[in-house]
Amino acid sequence: MKLVELASVIRTKNAGPFELTIDVIFKDRETYQLAKNNNILNAALIAELYNVPESDILTAIYFDPACAFKATMKRKMPCGDLGENDIYGAQQHAPLLDLEVKLGDGDEHSDS
Amino acid sequence: MKQLTLLSPTAILGYGFPDSSFERGISFGPDVIAVDAGSSDPGPYYLGSGKCFVSRVAVKRDLTYLLRAARTLRVPLVIGSAGGSGAKPHLEWCHDIIMEVAKEEGISFRLAVISADVQHSYLKDAMWDGRVKSLGPVPDLSEADISESTYLAAQMGIEPFLKALDGGADVILAGRSYDPAVFAAFPVWKGYNKGLALHLGKILECAAIAALPGSGSDCMMGFLEEDCFMVEPANTERRATVESVAAHTLYEKSDPYLLPGPGGELDLYKTEFEQVTDRRVAVKGSSFREQPYTVKVEGAKKIGFRVITIAGARDPRFIEHLDEIIAGVEERTIGNFQWEKGKFKLMFHIYGKNGVLGEQEPHPNAGHEVGIVIEAVAKTQELAEAVLGFARSTMLHYGFPGRLATAGNLAFPYSPSDFKVGEAYVFSVHHLLSLASPNEIFPVIFEEVGS
Repeated sequence: MKLVELASVIRTKNAGPFELTIDVIFKDRETYQLAKNNNILNAALIAELYNVPESDILTAIYFDPACAFKATMKRKMPCGDLGENDIYGAQQHAPLLDLEVKLGDGDEHSDS
Repeated sequence: MKQLTLLSPTAILGYGFPDSSFERGISFGPDVIAVDAGSSDPGPYYLGSGKCFVSRVAVKRDLTYLLRAARTLRVPLVIGSAGGSGAKPHLEWCHDIIMEVAKEEGISFRLAVISADVQHSYLKDAMWDGRVKSLGPVPDLSEADISESTYLAAQMGIEPFLKALDGGADVILAGRSYDPAVFAAFPVWKGYNKGLALHLGKILECAAIAALPGSGSDCMMGFLEEDCFMVEPANTERRATVESVAAHTLYEKSDPYLLPGPGGELDLYKTEFEQVTDRRVAVKGSSFREQPYTVKVEGAKKIGFRVITIAGARDPRFIEHLDEIIAGVEERTIGNFQWEKGKFKLMFHIYGKNGVLGEQEPHPNAGHEVGIVIEAVAKTQELAEAVLGFARSTMLHYGFPGRLATAGNLAFPYSPSDFKVGEAYVFSVHHLLSLASPNEIFPVIFEEVGS
């Protein structure tokens, strides 16, 4: 299934002028727990989606209080440098919108 | 039960708030009104040029409400990151507005002004002393980066605010500040827990952005107790929910559990969120861990002048050949100005194809029309205009295989077609500076206003 079906928020934003941070907030705790247990989002996957080396992914972490996954990566260029196309970094989430994920066995009929 | 009430009127001073929300916020009887006026989000231009990204009229409107209310209630008003970037010209700009409002409203108060400027020579010395380090994926600092920066401002922690409060300030106007410190200073001065106060500040600095529905131009209340705090939007049409508040903890931060700031880090590993009423969330367990005292220093430098043009293209053959046309226009432009090589850069943003994501666009397929922004940045205004003008006319009349529309390739919405954006800046300093004392570079100056 697609990530967009599991999430209520998929966003990006600068975390300071040199980093871009991705937040994915899952639609409910049960979905979040399945996503986390299956590690459907991780540093390697984010690196692949954004076509950057995995070493550019500075953090990739699940945050239980918000039922969220967060990944922070090195910005393509410092905010506002020559060639910039998104000063706030607020529209860099599109590669996540196509993402197909697998919640593992029983994800369709989970009764946990 | 000991409780302190805080009013955060708006996410950024000048973003505004509805009268009804502000009145309701005031009806809670806040012990302090605090507002963040800054951000580095709008990019390097504002710090570099000394200009503010919010209009003077909008800032004056908000300050009129805030000064009136604070002086009527006799509670402190705390303003951080004055003028957006919080360097000298930004601080003076905001100071000037405060003076104007005080005069027009006929109000008097004791004002503390805290500057956040870092002297260029001081930072160079600190760099050679090994007291400066890169913050995250930032290149090492060089003497040239420091020299070329127009202004250097450091983010102060709570300590200079405490000094201002000790000195009897009614209104505190601070230069560049760590956002949560603007809100946490008064509670810490009153003896409340620093970890809880800073976490509350982290939420309040964006006001109602942490509410549902979120808004950057509406008021948020904070209620701080000894072992927890609560947040509730002043506007009854919004709610604070566990999800909205916990989600905001992620916002604009690299790591959701550890939030570094001046003098230590906020640890949220044991933080718990609880829905206490339909519209109010309680938070407990957040703690502050002291570390060697460092502050973030920011600077931007001018790299030249920018000129742009905006055009549309609706010809499918032109769109089909766009990549080679752009390459051709670049080659012609560079060839035409080859004696100025290295003094200019020409760039194309192709909206409708990959204008937002660039090379990371997973679907770089142009539609039936594209929007084109041509951008030239050069060492001088004249050269930027010449390069942009040449590229624009070359693209307009560029020949390509199968061309049918030989009168012109571009649709310009405006005359004049080219826009002088002005000076272009880039961030040059984004580094951590170790301080011997938290107040070392943040002088507090008191003045009596209106008396």
